[in-house]
Amino acid sequence: MLLKAALLNVELLLSLLAVGFVVGTIVAVLQVYGGRVLGVLAFVFEWVFRSIPPLVLLFLVYFGPERFGLSISRFLSATIALGLCSSGYQSQIFRGAIQSISSGQMMAARALGMSRTRAIASVILPQALRLSIPGWSNEFSGVMKDTTLAYVVGYNELLRSARAIMDRHYDAAMLSFLTVAIIFLVLTYTGNRALGWLEERTRIPGLQVAGWSEEGHS
Amino acid sequence: MNMPLLKVEDIHKRYGNEEVLRGVSFEVNRGETKVFIGPSGTGKSTLLRCVNQLTPPDKGQVFLEGTEVTHHKSDINRLRASIGFVFQDFNLFAHLTAMQNVSIGPTKVTRMHKEQAQARALAELERVGLGDKANAYPAQLSGGQQQRVSIARALAMDPKLILFDEPTSALDPELIGEVLEVMIELAREGMTMLCVTHEMGFARSVANEIIFMEHGVIVEQGPPQQMFTNPKHQRTGEFLRKISELYGETER
Ligand SMILES: Nc1ncnc2c1ncn2[C@@H]1O[C@H](COP(=O)(O)OP(=O)(O)O)[C@@H](O)[C@H]1O
Ligand SMILES: [Mg+2]
Repeated sequence: MLLKAALLNVELLLSLLAVGFVVGTIVAVLQVYGGRVLGVLAFVFEWVFRSIPPLVLLFLVYFGPERFGLSISRFLSATIALGLCSSGYQSQIFRGAIQSISSGQMMAARALGMSRTRAIASVILPQALRLSIPGWSNEFSGVMKDTTLAYVVGYNELLRSARAIMDRHYDAAMLSFLTVAIIFLVLTYTGNRALGWLEERTRIPGLQVAGWSEEGHS
Repeated sequence: MNMPLLKVEDIHKRYGNEEVLRGVSFEVNRGETKVFIGPSGTGKSTLLRCVNQLTPPDKGQVFLEGTEVTHHKSDINRLRASIGFVFQDFNLFAHLTAMQNVSIGPTKVTRMHKEQAQARALAELERVGLGDKANAYPAQLSGGQQQRVSIARALAMDPKLILFDEPTSALDPELIGEVLEVMIELAREGMTMLCVTHEMGFARSVANEIIFMEHGVIVEQGPPQQMFTNPKHQRTGEFLRKISELYGETER
């Protein structure tokens, strides 16, 4: 039962990471290249979603539409609320990475005749996203844990299932919460390993990594 | 009709309080090589960037084959695609192989088919003597090799002219020769080139004209022979003597 619930956490995790990734990338690009108006809007966006506690946002998104007679599924409300929260953090990671890329890269792309959008898509982002993997890995762990917040809107994720077990068999409570903890340990470990592998796979040959040199001497 | 390939008219550019370019005009005919020299901070790089609008000038016009590049309605991306630019610090795309660096322009800008673009890229890499480095990443290449890849990247776009901004200044002395060799070959094949460089051996062997700039204006311009032996301005002679001492004058 808990393992089945864990799948729901993973499902939520993947969809909110996707929302956070897409929105976060767009926000970061606008912050750096969006010019005055769009740039300011992007900063406001980041500020809003990094300031509002995820739980508050979750309540707003889940119960807000109800006021107008609309209903929103638990899964969708959690994806939107937690996804936007994450997009705030992810945009910060991506913005740092974009800004660390030498301005000569953009200049060379423009000199070839690429439009700004084309240059961002073909030259800037492929490099910036590679650089973002370590920071993103961190955000991944945080968001992993945040999936349990969907508990409060009645999404049948891990914590809620553990709670249900406790209600029925009080003796098993500790055991089930411990199991939940262990499942999170395993999920986070697996995710971080996968990201580590991705980082290795997409490493640009010849570029030095801090603290390590290919020749093996310092 | 005898229209110059490139016509630059009365370019002005100001950064804050500093007027970096104060009215620069010159013309380049097809197949010519012009060499710009002048003290650092004089506005040579700014001038080259004004030609392809990487830096838009405050005033003045640039015409490429009669088309006004500086016009606010010009299709600047298309015009840039026909003006090669070689940077002092190469600026190769770090995440792409040499081959991909050269083929990205044809595929993403001029929409050439992938196989065709790759064949073209390989041909250009061979032209600069790097056919065997097609799969190397920039960080795996020496400075001289990187600069040659960046020349190949410019060539793959079939440029009408190429702008070189101190292409050998970031290189270790022993790597300068291989880049100059490629540039000399290009000039002899009839490529139109504007080069900011203090390599006077290069200027002597291929430049049609040397243009001496100082404080944002052209002080003097003329064929190398005249500039070296009989400059009109005292400053020109002084500067040429100084860089000849600094960089040596041997033909490479
Ligand atoms: N993007 C910029 N912003 C502010 N000042 C600049 C910028 N680019 C160049 N300058 C200034 O313009 C002057 C000319 O620079 P530059 O064109 O690079 O000269 P050169 O290539 O002849 O050495 C310098 O004083 C430089 O500090
Ligand atoms: Mg310069």
